Amino acid sequence: MSPDSSSRPTARAVAAEVRDGSRKALDVVEQHLAVIAAREPEIHAFNVVLADEARAAAVKIDEMVSAGEDPGPLTGVTVALKDNMCTRGVPTTCSSKILAGWLPPYDATVVHKLRDAGAIVVGKTNLDEFAMGSSTENSAFGPTHNPHDVTRVPGGSSGGSAASVAAGFTQVGFGSDTGGSIRQPAALCGVVGVKPTYGYVSRYGLIAFASSLDQIGPFTNSVEDAALMLDVIGGHDPLDSTSIPQQHPSLREAIQQDVTGLRIGRITDLPAGADADVVERLEVAFDTLRAAGATIVDVQVPAFTFGLTAYYLIAPAEASSNLARYDGVRYGMRVEAADTNAMYGVTRAAGFGEEVKRRIMLGTYALSAGYYDAYYGKALKVRRLISDDFERAYQHADALLTPTSPSVAFQFGAKGDNPLAMYLCDTYTIPSNLSGQPGMNVPFGTGAHGLPVGVQVLAGTLQEPTMFRVAAALERELSGGLQ
Amino acid sequence: MSEYDGLPGDWQLVIGLEVHVELATATKLFSASPNRFGDEPNTNIDPVTLGLPGALPVLNERAVELAMRIGLALNCTVRPCTFHRKNYFYPDMPKAYQVSQYDQPLNVDGFLDLPNGVRVGIERAHMEEDAGKSTHVGGTGGRVHGASYSLIDLNRAGVPLVEIVSRPDIHSADDARSYVNELRGILVAIGASDAKMEEGSMRVDANVSVHKPGAPLGTRCEIKNVNSVRSVGRAIEYEARRQIDLIESGEAVRQQTRHWDESDSRTHTLRSKEDADDYRYFLEPDLVPLVPSAEWIARVKASLPMLPAARRSRLADATGQPANSEAVTIVVERGQDEYVLSVGKSGGNSARALVYVKEAFADSPIVPAADLAALTQMEVSGALTATQAKIVLAELVANGGGDASAIAAAHGLEAIDASAIEKLVDEAIAADPDAWQKFCSGDAKAMGALVGLVMKASKGKADGKAVTALLQQRRS
Repeated sequence: MSPDSSSRPTARAVAAEVRDGSRKALDVVEQHLAVIAAREPEIHAFNVVLADEARAAAVKIDEMVSAGEDPGPLTGVTVALKDNMCTRGVPTTCSSKILAGWLPPYDATVVHKLRDAGAIVVGKTNLDEFAMGSSTENSAFGPTHNPHDVTRVPGGSSGGSAASVAAGFTQVGFGSDTGGSIRQPAALCGVVGVKPTYGYVSRYGLIAFASSLDQIGPFTNSVEDAALMLDVIGGHDPLDSTSIPQQHPSLREAIQQDVTGLRIGRITDLPAGADADVVERLEVAFDTLRAAGATIVDVQVPAFTFGLTAYYLIAPAEASSNLARYDGVRYGMRVEAADTNAMYGVTRAAGFGEEVKRRIMLGTYALSAGYYDAYYGKALKVRRLISDDFERAYQHADALLTPTSPSVAFQFGAKGDNPLAMYLCDTYTIPSNLSGQPGMNVPFGTGAHGLPVGVQVLAGTLQEPTMFRVAAALERELSGGLQ
Repeated sequence: MSEYDGLPGDWQLVIGLEVHVELATATKLFSASPNRFGDEPNTNIDPVTLGLPGALPVLNERAVELAMRIGLALNCTVRPCTFHRKNYFYPDMPKAYQVSQYDQPLNVDGFLDLPNGVRVGIERAHMEEDAGKSTHVGGTGGRVHGASYSLIDLNRAGVPLVEIVSRPDIHSADDARSYVNELRGILVAIGASDAKMEEGSMRVDANVSVHKPGAPLGTRCEIKNVNSVRSVGRAIEYEARRQIDLIESGEAVRQQTRHWDESDSRTHTLRSKEDADDYRYFLEPDLVPLVPSAEWIARVKASLPMLPAARRSRLADATGQPANSEAVTIVVERGQDEYVLSVGKSGGNSARALVYVKEAFADSPIVPAADLAALTQMEVSGALTATQAKIVLAELVANGGGDASAIAAAHGLEAIDASAIEKLVDEAIAADPDAWQKFCSGDAKAMGALVGLVMKASKGKADGKAVTALLQQRRS
């Protein structure tokens, strides 16, 4: 498996072929199902593969094309959905035992939009339980393996979707990013991964971890594919009050522009801790952009370093509230007990994994009377500071460049016993969740053990067009350099 | 008039009321399910109501508008506001949190004037969603304690509520009752709620404490489950006496939530302050701040109808009756004041119309205003006695209107004129000189006998009041 995502066919290319009738959607699906049959046993990207449903959808699309109809911009494109997005009649588990047996009676808005654009859902992918983790080791159904080295983690929490794209199981994957859960696994699996501005994509039907931070985004083999996906799934949704009520400009058009004249910021007070191979690739990225016509400027984001601490109060606080509904009363798992109160307790004890319980307790504590001001309240102030600091930085720079992950993919169990070590995986990704601003991983060569390294492009609120221009330039120069 | 005994000694009562009202919207606060009372259980539901994973709330604009109407009718400031989550476990609360307004409510700092002139401050009137309804089966008195199972109906879950919190400005059970009545009248008048306590669309919790003049305020207890306006007063009266008895016997009042039990007319401990829940309020991240524009507020304000207090004084002016009289209060409460005014505009006598409407029409008057106007004219001009007018009125009501003079003629009703009455009075005195003598020496019973003679002779057409007046005139 090549760490270079550009060697795999893009969604854009597949959609073009199926749309003009030169290739059958059913062939596309069968080809992917064959790859899945071959490698899924060692990867475990999926909680469920929807082979029959995917074939049926492909047949329908082929019929439409034969009849001269246009199924849409994603005609015949195979997609994998993180298993925290509701799919009607299809198990949606969050990789947790507590949702055992639950069949959502409705589709998430993103799922609607993808189907309406002609995409074919091939399966639901594995994740850290309720999206809490950075390695996909916290899944109740066992970990996902990194397609580049199956002794290593794919990152997380959207490890299944990242692995699906990296392994060629699907052309596209969708994840959710609360503190880096798209960008970090994208970096570890060597694919493009985008967390848009908070509110860019509807959260309706995304099972909440931390509602003020969660955002859906794509994993793709190219920057252009990522742009295509956001052009399809982005936009206001009347069912999500936090979705931004405006039309987003086309990102596929934005990437036609090069980076000449753009100011790229280097954060001089960025927290240390990235491995040497990662830092080296970041320096190459700065050089590449300079060579492509951008200016490199120094900026400070002093509160960046406090992001992790604030995040581990805010996200668990919201999670403790979001996850309180899993009480065994209305759906999912129930462990019987003498009375209702006891039933809540034993159901939750049996249904949730260790990391989820840890965060529920942490969040409950942070919100409790007498502790609120010292913990949750203070974290909100830090959140404000981070936003203000970014705001100032973006007066001097159009985009910022940082590592995505401090290291390449690590081995199973390497951080398993140490939650704090695991939390540090998200040092560079968390601040943009707190500020609600966009960030994306661009695969940028390899580091230790020949494993993928990514760089992270950050931009201001709704500055996706600029962010994508920078990402496209990096991708272009890298593939140019490799030729 | 008070139906309560008042407090012993110089104890003073301090009451604050928290009133929850269900808004009369077509749909729920955060979803498109119907907001309808009395449907088959668990039919008005959807992913948001059920709190299904992934479902998100969307604020109902009509609910906001009705909440603003309430705020503006209570003289509140309408301001930018936010929603919080109030976290607690209960089977009829599917998300395990209630979305409610916390430190930034929609309406603040208003007041409500009671008919007796007492002004009660309104601290806030905020929006929140209702919980589902639990029915506990097998225990005593419908309480969860001791029940063998509970039934949950989520039709009510997510129904829009406004909680109206008064300042502790109420100092008697009568005023508390009057406050609830007045508030209910306003809510109905502005179309915000049907405000039916018996159906639970209006629910009253009372915070009660007692203290001596000049002493600091006492420890308060909150009374819940007060299900009628009458119970509001009774529960407060009971609770105040309970607290006084405690203090006078040397014990302390403990801060508690207490449950009013209609069957034994007592309040019972529900929970103490020490076991109060920690609700872990935080800003609801699934909603955005609500910032009503000045233009929207002005539009809602302009659309408010005339409120009961103003309508009472308008009716008082038109009829010459006191604004806090029973007739004026009742007729405005029933919404019949416009009708009384239109009788006046049709040339009728408003004061008589007020009396007729209060006595004869329980609901909306069906008699054309002009017909009633004609009847009041006949009575005022002396063409009909009050008793005769009543007979005609009954027929007008039964027929939904008609020509009053034709009805009177058909019944042979006409008041006889003054000179004819004088003649009959003289004849009565002559016919029963005994009674006359007794009447002259102050025997009231004897007057009845003389009036009876006159009425008999006139076949009931003489005006009783005129006869009495004549008799007294003759005696002097």
